[in-house]
Amino acid sequence: MADKNLNFLVVDDFSTMRRIVRNLLKELGYNNVEEAEDGAEALEKLNTGKFQFVVSDWNMPNLDGLEMLKRIRASDTLKHLPVLMVTAEAKKENIVAAAQAGASGYVVKPFSAATLEEKLERIFDKLGM
Amino acid sequence: MAEVIANDAARDAAADMEVLVFALGGEEYGVDILKVQEIRGYNQVTRIANVPEFVKGVTNLRGSIVPIIDARIKFGLENAAYDQHTVVIVLNVGERVVGVVVDSVSDVLTLSPEQIKPAPDFGVAAATDHVLGLGSVDDRMLILVDIDRMMSSSELAIVEEVEAIA
Amino acid sequence: MTLDIAEFYQTFFDEADELLDEMERLLINLDIDAPDSEDLNAIFRAAHSIKGGAGTFGFTHLQETTHLLENLLDRARHGELVLDRTAIDLFLECRDVLAGQIDAYRASEEPDQQAYEDMAQRLRTLDEQGSAALAAPAGDKPAAKPAKPAPVALPEGMIRTVMISGIAEDKCSTLVEELGLFGDIESQAYEGDTLTVTLAQPAASDDIESVLCFVVDADQLSFGAAQAEPAGNTAADGAGAEDVVAQAVSEAVAAEREHRPQDNRTQEKATAPAEAAPVAATAAASKPKATGKSSAESSSLRVSTEKVDEIINLVGELVITQSMLEQTIGGLDTEAHGALLEGLNQLQRNARDLQEAVMSVRMMPMDYAFNRFPRLVRDLSSKLGKEINLVTEGESTELDKGLIERIMDPMTHLVRNSLDHGIETPERRKAAGKPAAGTLTLAAQHQGGSILIDISDDGAGLNRERILAKARQNGLAVSDSMSDDEVWQLIFAPGFSTAEAVTDVSGRGVGMDVVKRNIQELGGHVDIRSTFGQGTTIRIVLPLTLAIMDGMLIRVGEEVFIMPLGAIKESMQVQADQLKRVAQDKQLVYVRGEYLPLVEMHRVFDIDNAQSDVLRGIVMVIESEGRYFTLLVDELLGQRQVVVKNLETNYRKVVGISAATILGDGSVALILDVVALSRAGRQSETQVQRAALA
Repeated sequence: MADKNLNFLVVDDFSTMRRIVRNLLKELGYNNVEEAEDGAEALEKLNTGKFQFVVSDWNMPNLDGLEMLKRIRASDTLKHLPVLMVTAEAKKENIVAAAQAGASGYVVKPFSAATLEEKLERIFDKLGM
Repeated sequence: MAEVIANDAARDAAADMEVLVFALGGEEYGVDILKVQEIRGYNQVTRIANVPEFVKGVTNLRGSIVPIIDARIKFGLENAAYDQHTVVIVLNVGERVVGVVVDSVSDVLTLSPEQIKPAPDFGVAAATDHVLGLGSVDDRMLILVDIDRMMSSSELAIVEEVEAIA
Repeated sequence: MTLDIAEFYQTFFDEADELLDEMERLLINLDIDAPDSEDLNAIFRAAHSIKGGAGTFGFTHLQETTHLLENLLDRARHGELVLDRTAIDLFLECRDVLAGQIDAYRASEEPDQQAYEDMAQRLRTLDEQGSAALAAPAGDKPAAKPAKPAPVALPEGMIRTVMISGIAEDKCSTLVEELGLFGDIESQAYEGDTLTVTLAQPAASDDIESVLCFVVDADQLSFGAAQAEPAGNTAADGAGAEDVVAQAVSEAVAAEREHRPQDNRTQEKATAPAEAAPVAATAAASKPKATGKSSAESSSLRVSTEKVDEIINLVGELVITQSMLEQTIGGLDTEAHGALLEGLNQLQRNARDLQEAVMSVRMMPMDYAFNRFPRLVRDLSSKLGKEINLVTEGESTELDKGLIERIMDPMTHLVRNSLDHGIETPERRKAAGKPAAGTLTLAAQHQGGSILIDISDDGAGLNRERILAKARQNGLAVSDSMSDDEVWQLIFAPGFSTAEAVTDVSGRGVGMDVVKRNIQELGGHVDIRSTFGQGTTIRIVLPLTLAIMDGMLIRVGEEVFIMPLGAIKESMQVQADQLKRVAQDKQLVYVRGEYLPLVEMHRVFDIDNAQSDVLRGIVMVIESEGRYFTLLVDELLGQRQVVVKNLETNYRKVVGISAATILGDGSVALILDVVALSRAGRQSETQVQRAALA
């Protein structure tokens, strides 16, 4: 069972989507959630070292989710951070691209709390969290 | 830990319902979250001639041509402006994808079966036969919209009328 | 160096398919009474080449079957076996059995044993006792097992079977779900702590590994062929691979030498090790000197459509980027930035040419589809005891390959239907005063942003009364006042069939509804025209969903439309003396000795701020269905090749619009429906005539 006090960072350019994800996480008992508008802002926040989990959208201005993920994996301090990618379509190409960039998991929009929980559990399971 | 559900579509009718809440002319509406593909801003819509005013036209959504309906006009609301705050809910209706413009989108709520009441005959903007029921959350009342029926009704004219013999 | 025997398989299967097609074409066209010895030789060589390849790769059934066929063909070409229709029929059936076997090997399965034994028996009977002995049982033998939609033989790095070890049973469903990304799951099994999953379609092992690593570690995964491989295949695993190939090479060379004894280049290459193998193994299955039209193929390159589509997408991105650049530099001073602007102009031309060239790669002539029907018509007509001539028109009409492939099944069904239920028996035809032989016509043409495929017969036509009676019997809501069109559409209702006798050709009432549904899925529809006693035409109308179109971008007010280029005859600025007002808002334009109706875009599409003065705008002369009309627009923005996107996928049919496309800046532009605009023009013409009469 994962620690409910984990600090989550939700990355999405659309505020409503951020709020939806935040609410879903809250519903699952995770109350420490912060938001970032794009990949660049997210990296800044992540570099504070405060976060233990990232849920990120794919298509964003400035720095998209995939590029952000690649930079996270390339960073010595951040490379072990679990990143759950949110994709708009369950397309094989997208998911393979996410996987190869080092995503810890993916979830397809729209999703419910149950789906999100399942995806999180899977990542915790794998990482032994 | 909650039971892991392998397939959301397999949820039975008695289960909780998750809805995306949107506002339209002072009323709050709810639509099944599983029908919602994404939420976007309003941009670059190509007008189509000789269609009802609430059909704003079509737009390019990742290579697909998707119609955009302004529910505010459909429901006769004032000040249907289009700016960077205009919100489009992209919905999956049957096998089609349709964008619907609303006033705003607020949050996602989970409704238990007890919180959902059948729809009375009431005088809100949406016609009663498109309403699944009323959801009450604390002191808020949500009008739960049956999006498939709403979009396939002949007045919305999204889908061509079903042939007489099919 | 690692060698993947699968690559050789792939080459062999492809070549064998071509040889079989060639064999079929030659057999159908063979003049039985005076067979051309060149043709007989070519048929023999086709069988011989396949046999050689099959032996090389250890495809025993294929080798045995082709061996028997080859013997017969050898006797035939030496005049020792007299060919008749029964023999040709058997050869054609044998060709089908061979095709089935190849598909089976391709799918790493064993060929149908029963089909093989039956065919071998009948070939031996013909060999030993002549065709008379065959005549009786030949008719109703089951044809080869219908070929499975065979996945291609697995190229390097592609696999179908995944084994995941060290996992708990409750993880299985999660893993299987992830694997579902790669297509259908053919089978799965959990034993010990290992889950083995076989995919219906091959996938890249790297991709699978990446995705499964969401759940398990890489060292828990292994890939491979868990199921039984055809004989000769298993030996190819591991260290033995090169030996097998080496052996393959020498056998291939032997086979090659046999039918091209004067050419020993191949042999020399074979003495070099592995590198020479691809050449030699290919040669084993090499085409006989092709006769007629297929001879041009030798310089072609086989590329998967996936690769082509990827290139098309990339080029699309390139064009969009280029358009964005163009907009960005729009305000730059031409003096100061001449070289930059010149360079961008060049880039624009190059990008357009590249896009055009790439898109044309997907286009195929309809010939490709029509070519499959001579055989079907021949087989069915003899089975049904009918005489039928097949006529094809518009074979060069080009259509997207994907669309052609998806239209094959519906077309085949409609052709079967015409042959079975449409065209009458010779006796009936004679009694009705028609020629004994019926005619089936397949025709294709482009029109008004659509592709029309007509399947016409000069048969009995549809019987309105019988269809209505049958519909009532099926509980459908019908009335005698329905129009013919509505009545004809009834035959597409599920479970509907008016055939007097159910035959095994068609007519169990399954299918016509599926035909309609398949065509609708492609965004098209089916029209029927039928005259009782004279025949039926079924027209498949397909929007150019997958197709590419040459269009002219036109501006009206602030809106941009696309006019199909083929419909534009000319465009001009008209003078006042060319105009003739015939009603308060109806005008005619005098062009080259003729008054043509004027259609004003801004009126049809209700566009604000558009040029409404005909003398100041641009007038285009448009042709539709053999008629001309003129169209008033504000400006021509230039020619462009556009990808046609269906409006009906998510919306509905819009009057005056045939489809839509996405422009360089990401916005949507509507493609004009020339036929509908022409009707608008004709309406004004009628009103003109009425006004003149009044």
